[in-house]
Amino acid sequence: MTLDVAQIQADFPMLARQINGKRLIYLDSAATSQKPAAVIEAMDNYYRNAYASVNRGAYQIAAEATDLLEHARTAVARFVGAPRAHEIIFTKNATEAMNLFAQSWGRANLSQGDVVVLTEMEHHANIVPWHMLREAIGIDIRWIPLTETGELDLANLDLLLDGAKLVSVTAMSNVLGTLNPIRRIADAAHAAGAAMIADASQYVPHLPTDVTELGVDAMIFTGHKMLGPTGVGVLWGKTELLEAMPPFLGGGDMIMQVTKEGFTTNDLPHKFEAGTPAIAEIIGLGAAVEYLESLGMDAVREHEVSLTAYALRTLNERFGEDITVHGPAEPAARGGVLSIAYKDVHPHDISQVLDQSNVCVRAGHHCAKPLMQVMGVNATARASLYVYNDEADVDALADALESADDIFGLEI
Amino acid sequence: MPGLEDLYKEIILDHYRNPRNRGELPPPACKAEGFNPLCGDEIVVTLTLDENEVIQDIAIGGQGCSISQSSASMMSAAVKGKSVTEVRELTDQFKTMMSINEAPSGSQAENDADQIAAAKAAAGAGDAGTIAGAAEKPDLSMGDLSALRGVVKFPVRIKCAVLSWNTLMQALEEAGV
Repeated sequence: MTLDVAQIQADFPMLARQINGKRLIYLDSAATSQKPAAVIEAMDNYYRNAYASVNRGAYQIAAEATDLLEHARTAVARFVGAPRAHEIIFTKNATEAMNLFAQSWGRANLSQGDVVVLTEMEHHANIVPWHMLREAIGIDIRWIPLTETGELDLANLDLLLDGAKLVSVTAMSNVLGTLNPIRRIADAAHAAGAAMIADASQYVPHLPTDVTELGVDAMIFTGHKMLGPTGVGVLWGKTELLEAMPPFLGGGDMIMQVTKEGFTTNDLPHKFEAGTPAIAEIIGLGAAVEYLESLGMDAVREHEVSLTAYALRTLNERFGEDITVHGPAEPAARGGVLSIAYKDVHPHDISQVLDQSNVCVRAGHHCAKPLMQVMGVNATARASLYVYNDEADVDALADALESADDIFGLEI
Repeated sequence: MPGLEDLYKEIILDHYRNPRNRGELPPPACKAEGFNPLCGDEIVVTLTLDENEVIQDIAIGGQGCSISQSSASMMSAAVKGKSVTEVRELTDQFKTMMSINEAPSGSQAENDADQIAAAKAAAGAGDAGTIAGAAEKPDLSMGDLSALRGVVKFPVRIKCAVLSWNTLMQALEEAGV
């Protein structure tokens, strides 16, 4: 099955937007994806026809709202192969999900001198929470280094894992596109007696995902990069792991009993969902998952590998040594994230020039400053591909890039 | 959409390609580092002052886009040999051109430096007080810096242009002047 990209494009209202009479070429889905009408309509329907709070109220629309939310939870669980729906904890975003895990699991299981293993390609969301824990309780952080081609250097993995309590690794780099061998690392972590969590924010939107096959104990991802709305992220964890974790935020919904003397916690997933959740956003995420399921994640992945291959080929043919695309050269070993260095033109200037042609890319450090240091750059210009992109978008990127020469010349 | 020719003027590209006062002065020069956390640009300003609080020498380090680098280069050329008072005034003028400081009364959103100059002239002709901070300050020519006024049409780039100036102010604070 291959994707009907023209049909998909028609499903996204934003892609019909024109600026200065020209179409939008949206190549920033690694930052945030556009939304299909189905997602917008699902949220709209909740507000118009079924708006009430959830998990309380005996009246009909309160029950309907709860059903819509739990339907979304079931859809998300199915989408990532979670054995049980109550293992899906809705958070504000992936960042909050990682902070929840670090503060709850981390404080319960780690003490001074305990080792957490990260990699040099992590997003700040999988670095700073551990720095914070280091400052608070004195954990140690070890870093899995990178190879020249932007893959994890696992030559000394066993050494790095020796004595570690936790391994936290991105499943796919948001800068390099590198797909990491999560199963291999998880198995090695477990053999060393460590728990394993994956940051799958760039992975779940683009590849068929099965948490059991990945072999991890916990995983985080976010809604807005997978066609869903902002304001909703997910922590998935194994039931026994989540049950053993202390609560993160305290308040309504997360309690079983509250007295003047204390409280007891509610069952999963409510134990970690204090306060009124982002109901519309969760419902929207459920609709996004169903939309992706209707495309088929195998077909999504196939499309992106093929389009990434086309992009790498096109950029190489048109710009040769003037262009560097960071990360693995083999399309099957990476996602559709193309971090570009073009001549000596600064990424910020590249994105400015591309904007003249309505080509939307991200310039900057991509919330991965330690990786930028390892790469020896301050920033990159990043084009990222998704289900609604096609070869014409890649061609538009190349055409727009060429126009940088008009301004910056060759001799910078 | 404004054209890129408003942003990438030849003089800006010249300062980008051939940055003035590039480098770092050794201690005891005072030093400040400025970062743009959004895009990763960084500017290092080192400078020395003489006993009259005049900038004797200045050097610019770090890396960044054409706008941040050219602004830093132009700034270094503009402030060298100027007193701290003059530098602060020039910084105010530059930020006003970048629409960061409050616009002089009567000026429109464009905030054109020519309008500012005209407003200043008006102030000198007896309308003092209508322009915050402008009265009785030395009138400094923006010179090459005027080329950066097109940046205002690209709001996300304003912070690129202003980064070196904020870093310069930090360096002066470090120097205790």
